[in-house]
Formats: sequence, structure tokens, C-alpha cells
Amino acid sequence: MAVKPEEFNFAKNNKFNNAMIPGKFARAMRTCKIWQFIRFVIINLKMIVVVSKSH
Amino acid sequence: MARLVVLGGGVAGHTAATFAADWLGSNHEVVVVTPNAKWNWIPSNIWVGVGQMSKEEVTFDLDPVYKKAGITYKQAKAISLNPEGNASGDKPFVTIEYTGQGKAGKSEEVTYDYLINATGPKLNFGATPGLGEGSQLGEHTVSVCTADHAEHASHELAKCIEKMKKGEHQKFLIGTGHGMCTCQGAAFEYIFNIEHELSKAGVRDKAEIKWISNEAFLGDFGMGGLHMKVGGYVVSSRIFTESLFAERGVDYITGAHVNKVEKGKVTYELLDGSMGEETFDFSMLIPPFAGVGLKAYNKAGDDITDTVFAPNGFMKVDANYTPKPYEEWKASDWPRTYQNPTFKNLFAAGIAFAPPHIISKPAKSPNGTVINPTPPRTGMPSGIIGKAVAHSVCDLIKNGEGAHLHEASMAEMGAACVASAGKGWLDGQAAAMTVFPVVPDFEKYPGTGRDTDYTFGEIGLAGHWIKHILHYLFMYKAKLKPFWKVIPE
Repeated sequence: MAVKPEEFNFAKNNKFNNAMIPGKFARAMRTCKIWQFIRFVIINLKMIVVVSKSH
Repeated sequence: MARLVVLGGGVAGHTAATFAADWLGSNHEVVVVTPNAKWNWIPSNIWVGVGQMSKEEVTFDLDPVYKKAGITYKQAKAISLNPEGNASGDKPFVTIEYTGQGKAGKSEEVTYDYLINATGPKLNFGATPGLGEGSQLGEHTVSVCTADHAEHASHELAKCIEKMKKGEHQKFLIGTGHGMCTCQGAAFEYIFNIEHELSKAGVRDKAEIKWISNEAFLGDFGMGGLHMKVGGYVVSSRIFTESLFAERGVDYITGAHVNKVEKGKVTYELLDGSMGEETFDFSMLIPPFAGVGLKAYNKAGDDITDTVFAPNGFMKVDANYTPKPYEEWKASDWPRTYQNPTFKNLFAAGIAFAPPHIISKPAKSPNGTVINPTPPRTGMPSGIIGKAVAHSVCDLIKNGEGAHLHEASMAEMGAACVASAGKGWLDGQAAAMTVFPVVPDFEKYPGTGRDTDYTFGEIGLAGHWIKHILHYLFMYKAKLKPFWKVIPE
């Protein structure tokens, strides 16, 4: 069975082997336009709260 | 009529000067002294450094903007302060030396009623042999600290990509060039933008990309790391950052003090005292920062630099500078008003103020070499501090010496940070993070030192959109276009 892309780097060194590496779904969601538009709105709202608390 | 002199035209200085000019109107004078002819949105330099933006897109001429704002602009560098005046008069003044406006090399004494020191840092390339001389970048590495440096870096990167397209293997070494650097975030952005560009160019398999940093662990960022909400978990920035490095196949060396740079090679010392060396074909190493070297003299002409400035060249403000062990550091050590304790008409903003201590846990190698990041004071905190200081000075001018001083402690303010990991409207990514407060307060937030309701992070395309939009927003604001004041710092 072929190595999955997200598993490829685990073998490179011990540091990578102990890290979390996102799988296919998580990586796809990072550039999914619809999901990212929703996140864009949410992140902006969160940032506005932090910015307003800081001024 | 009172005169406010602002030294520096970066994020803190430009913010302070433009707000002060707006609040004071034509009844008082605001003077900006900066050696640069152009304003630079530094966070976008990393995109210039990978050829994804031009130098012109991240800079603009200051002169017309200051004319529009009614600010007197002197393209010059500050040399020394005389906060008590001199033998011929009591009026405090700053001695400047022009770098442009047809008067390059000429000196002038500019008197002031209030002065805001927002000079930013000296890029201390000379601190590491081979990294450069004084504030000048050397020949072995590149930099993204200025738009010119970034443009040069993009040309060097393009040469490497050409070589890889011809089948050559190239090694990239990105990080910090000294044990006491700050601004790891810029290097972090640059390494992942390079990785992104190499993937786009189809040559990622020909590249070995390595990170070298003075942070004790990945994700320290000069703030001692942070714990943030990610996907419902409270996660250490170490885990968050290590995940990205592993995902992108970027190896790393942490706790490193680069002590020598040669052509194609750096040597370094690690926190455990061991020495190592690393070769490279392309390297971008951030230099340490220092104060710009302003001198101060009293009325008699005696040198009082030690009274006004800390040994690292940054200006002393209302911080608690009493040396004490890490366990006794408190959020209340950090300055609130940025007023100089000796001369009450002197203020500092942005990188120019001397922090009371670092934020990360202090660390030394067994050989006694200090290897720990110095505190970040750039971006949003710089702008907020600049505005608060301008507000204080305006109130002092309008209401007299008893006026209330405005406060902006980094231990009580948060920061929004968007770290690019690759540019592209459809395939770009960035880590969007907020931290509250910037300096951890373990008395108020005993768990992690920060409020995890307001400290979060996630990586994705949305982060890139935000960073790209912020680029246009802050360029617009800095140019003082309509409604610029409603855009927060």
C-alpha cells in the first residue's frame, strides 16, 4: 500500500515523527473557498474583538 | 505655538505624527525627522522577497503625505539630544543630519517642546562576523528587513530557482543571525513563502529548506510561546508550529546563536554548548536589533546618554528596570505611558523604547553565550503605542503639564498577527493568530499567562486573504486617504 502524502514526512526525522501532520481532509479545508470564506468572517470578528480590547 | 518633534517615520512614528498633526491642528507644529524618503509597509516585504510584490507596491513617498497633513518633514537622521538645551539657551533640541532634500550631510539643531523617539532599530548586522558591517548587510546572506533588501533577496531567489530548474540541488537556510534576535515571525513567513514558491515552480524536490533560530523551541516567537485555541483545544504554539514544519518538510535547528557567517556556511553554538555548522546556497538571516545610537548631552555638554538610554541604545521609559530573576518578572514591569523618567517631555514608541526585560525565558549556553529572543515590539503594538503617546503629548500641549497621560501597556493589550505561509488568492495560506495580552500576566491569567478566550490561531486561505487585505488597508491608512482614522492600528 502506498504511503499517504501526510505520512510521507514522518519518516524523515524524529522531530517530524513526533509532530501532528494534517491529513487530506484538513488540508483540503484549508483552501476550500466556501469553508475559508466562513472562517474569514469568523476570524475577522474575533480579531475585531481583540483589537477593540487593545485600544 | 508648541513644537512636537517625532524621530522616525515607521509604524510608530508615522502613527504618532499623523494623529498628533490631526489633533493639534495648525495651532501647533509637528516635525518628523526620518532618514527615509519613503514609507514602507514592512510586513509585506516578505512578498517582495519572493518576487510576488514589487518594491513600489510596499512603499510610497512621504513628502506629499506630510505636506497634506501639515507636518514639517525633515529627511534626516537624529544624531543627539540636548534635553536641557546648551550653554546658549534653555530650549531642548535635537541635532539632526540631513540625508536628502538637497541638504545631505548638513547638520541642524531642531528645538522642541515635546519629542517622541520612534526611530525603530538599528539593523545590527555587524553583531555577527560575516553577516554584515554595522547596519549594512553583508555579501553572504540576504535580508527582508527593508524593501531594497527584499528586492535583492528576490533576485537571488530567482537565480536559485533557475539553477533548480536545470537540475541543481539548492539548500536554503532561513532564520536568525544572532543569539539575541527578535522578529522570528518575519523569518518564519519568509521560509514558508519560499517553500510555497518552490512548490509552485515545480522544484520543491530539488530544495532542502532549513530553519535556524535562537528560540529555545519552535513557536516561541520572542513571546515565550503562547497557548491558543485551535480546533477546540488549547494548544501550545510549539505544537502548532512543529506541525507546519513537519507538514512542509522543513527541518529546523533551535536554540542557536549564529556566531559566524562565511560564503555558503554558518557556524553556530547551541544552548547545550555544542558547536555546529550548516552550509547553504541561499540564506536569509535576520540581524539583531539595537538602538540607533543617539547620544544625549546636558546643558554643560556632558554626556548623559546613560541617563536617557539603556545600554542597548533604546530609550528608558516608565518601566521597572530593576534587575531581577525570571521568576519575579511581572506584567507590571512593562511601561504604560512611555514617558522618560528624567525628562518628562521625552517619550518613546515602538521598537525605540527599552523593554524592562525579555518575555521568553532567559537562556545561556554552558559557555555563557546568551541565546534567547528579545521581545517583539512591532506591528499592532507599535501603532497602538504611537497613538497613545501622541494622545498624551497633545493633551499635555493643550491642557498643560497636569494632563492625564494615556496608557498602552503591552501587558494589557492584545495583538493580531497574520503570518503568511504562501501568497495566492486561491492557494495561499497564512497563520492568523491573536494573542491577549502580548506580555503574559501570570497573576491575572495563572494558567497560561494569557486569556485563551482571546488567544487563538488557525492556518488557511482565509488568513492569507486577511493579510493581503491588511496590506491595502494599512497602505491606504498611512497615505491618509479619506476615513484613514477609522482604520484601527
